[in-house]
Amino acid sequence: MTLLAASTHGYWNLQTLWFFLIVVLWIGYFVLEGFDFGVGVMLPFVGRNVQERGTLIRTIAPVWDGNEVWLLVAGGATFAAFPGWYATLFSGFYLALFLILVALIVRGVAIEYRNKQTDDEWRGRWDVALTISSALPPLLWGVALADVVHGVPIDKSGEFTGNLLDLLGPYALFGGLTALAVSAFYGALFLTLRTTGELEERARYAATRLALPAAALVLGFLVWTYANAASAHDKGLVPGVIPIAAMLLPFAAWGFVRARKDGWAFAATAASIALITLTLFLNLYPRVIVSSTNNAYSPTIFTTSSSHYTLTVMSIVALLFTPVVLLYQAWTYWVFRGRLGDENAAKSRSPMDMLERSPLGKGRPSPEG
Amino acid sequence: MALDLARWQFAVTTLYHFLFVPVTIGMAWFLVGMQTAWHRTRDEKWLRLTRFYGKLFLINFALGVVTGIVQEFQFGMNWSAYSRYVGDIFGAPLAIEGLAAFFIESTFLGLWIFGWDRLKPKVHLATIWLVAIGTTASAYFILAANSWMQHPVGYKLNPVKHRAELTSIGQVLTNNTLIRAFGHTIAAAVLTGAMLVLGVAAWHLRRGAAASLHRPVVVIALWATLVGGLATVLIGHAQGQLMTREQPMKMAAAEALYNTTSGARFSLFDLGPWQKYPNKSLVSIGIPHGLSILATNSWNGTVEGINDIQQQDVKKYGPGNYKPIVGVTYWTFRIMTGLGFLALLLAIIGLVLARKPGRLERSRRYLRFMVWMTGLPLLANLAGWIFTEMGRQPWIVQGLLLTKQAVSPSVGAWSVGLTLAGFTLLYGLLAAIEAALMIRTAKAGPDPEGTYDGALSDDPSTPARVPAMSY
Repeated sequence: MTLLAASTHGYWNLQTLWFFLIVVLWIGYFVLEGFDFGVGVMLPFVGRNVQERGTLIRTIAPVWDGNEVWLLVAGGATFAAFPGWYATLFSGFYLALFLILVALIVRGVAIEYRNKQTDDEWRGRWDVALTISSALPPLLWGVALADVVHGVPIDKSGEFTGNLLDLLGPYALFGGLTALAVSAFYGALFLTLRTTGELEERARYAATRLALPAAALVLGFLVWTYANAASAHDKGLVPGVIPIAAMLLPFAAWGFVRARKDGWAFAATAASIALITLTLFLNLYPRVIVSSTNNAYSPTIFTTSSSHYTLTVMSIVALLFTPVVLLYQAWTYWVFRGRLGDENAAKSRSPMDMLERSPLGKGRPSPEG
Repeated sequence: MALDLARWQFAVTTLYHFLFVPVTIGMAWFLVGMQTAWHRTRDEKWLRLTRFYGKLFLINFALGVVTGIVQEFQFGMNWSAYSRYVGDIFGAPLAIEGLAAFFIESTFLGLWIFGWDRLKPKVHLATIWLVAIGTTASAYFILAANSWMQHPVGYKLNPVKHRAELTSIGQVLTNNTLIRAFGHTIAAAVLTGAMLVLGVAAWHLRRGAAASLHRPVVVIALWATLVGGLATVLIGHAQGQLMTREQPMKMAAAEALYNTTSGARFSLFDLGPWQKYPNKSLVSIGIPHGLSILATNSWNGTVEGINDIQQQDVKKYGPGNYKPIVGVTYWTFRIMTGLGFLALLLAIIGLVLARKPGRLERSRRYLRFMVWMTGLPLLANLAGWIFTEMGRQPWIVQGLLLTKQAVSPSVGAWSVGLTLAGFTLLYGLLAAIEAALMIRTAKAGPDPEGTYDGALSDDPSTPARVPAMSY
């Protein structure tokens, strides 16, 4: 049925283009926010005190908000290009999305407010909040994405008919666990690249410990995905280069991090996250969410899409703006490429304190006096 | 039940979000002004002010950002039938808002906060300009989406797919309702930012803190309040005239005008029977011909009344109630306009006081009053949105889709109730934290004089010697 839909429509259409543009947006989101979440999760394991944790947070503070916009644009693009997909997905995954929203709200506030007061109790509380609220999104996004591919109860008219428990099947929970583990590993690798001294060493040690479990989970999850695709759906997952690379890359990352090639390990993990996401969406295509009630009910890119005119308009907009966005976001990472060390933690208790340690603050007579 | 709860949820989350949005837009332009002044004059005062108001801006901005995610998700979560019906049109401005505005705003804000000692001063100045432009652009796109709900243009109905489809993005982005709503909202945002800055500066001025630092801020903020307030009122007037034609029911409900009248009065005080949908006023005091002049530019112009429009709508759309709750629209409209005029009056008084040197500093009661008036525009903004959205009821898209048809069919009352309670509790907690931080930071005041002396070197290619902010 769905294969039929794809074969009658072919691949050269705006729906397919937008399906893959949305895949790119999700990949952008997971690859970028993945390490933000990971840094939050690793906070208590790499940072031993409030100052050190402050330094760790500082590595993502300039960029987390820009990274999160990828999610907003993925959501907005889904709304614009596939209103039916947006409607089914967001109303169907209602309580899961609510939890994600709460976590994202708490996380954002934690990053932004933790240093607005200098007492350790205030900061310590926000650190705990940040760790919990950083662990929840990858876990829940993993569950949600696994559900989208594996199937949830959806009726003929494309409405979700299940409840929260239908979203928490073993495969989905395994997907959530995998996402959380990969995110923690990825965050630890990010910290090895952005810190110095003891923090860097501790981050590397954590990454070494996390590498194998994360790689094993990815392997298990993708094998399970393949088994599902082969047995439960009309469409086999092609065991091509993409899923195989997605499975092998975390093992490569393990090797790299042991050889202290942190940059390579980070790149391998980023690539693996991108390829896992791509594998799942390729398995989905041309459906946008699988109906476990009856696969023929699964909404597709053709049954949920906007009109040809809207898709054309949106294509032009995307073509104009996306390259510019990529350029200035890449520039941001270039500006903040410098590493942050533990001495920085001691220094940056407050802006005033930093200033006093700078050449400006030394031995200057007080202007008031 | 699920419908009512979903509406309450939209009201709570959206009004809460809109506490922060106008402050962000208004203050972003203040920061642009202050940092540009520092760049031009090299007077350290402006840098201290930029940094000080920048801290307040960031505390506010954080909550605006995190509550904004909810905005984009809740259409699909609570209003999936609406999303299916309008997604072809409504989704486009939302996606463009993300791609063209949010990316700019968030990326360059990160650069602004952390780039003080990493970017060339000119490049760093450009980042705050881009933040301000990004926030303002985001208002344009989201208002394009909302204006389409008030006044649908550039679409056709697709009877097979049971939805509205876009036929002209140009018409949606140049909707006459949008142009006015954008002007009104940005002017109100300038007013909001100005009165917040005014309140903070007045507090310091009243306590005898350096007048050389705070007095110019008070005066600039007073002018911004006056100009922003005047623009808000004038554009609001243009909106009212447009509304008389495009959403006559909303206009009539704003004025509690039940019967079509030529030479209609502008109501000063109306009281109706205690019903949800009354059909007459019990007490009505107003300025004769006032509404006709305002709405139609003519002494005896005809303004349609609620009862007559209701009858026309029944003929047009079939049996049903097409009236909004007049008690809500009438009073929110009065709160909004009343507070707007109060702001103007206060700005004029302040500017008169500022004419004689030293007089403003001695006007302790006025200064204290302005500290309390910091929240005035926030209240006016909320009243304005309640009026705009409640005045359109029972429609979610004027004339096309009823609110009761728009709710998610698959989401039960328990789910909506649970998330409503969750958001309300979380938002309440965050509001308390935010307010405490704002007050504490505002009271702490700018960094002492001399903190940033010589921060801008003569070589324009070296970054300023100013540390990143608050981290």
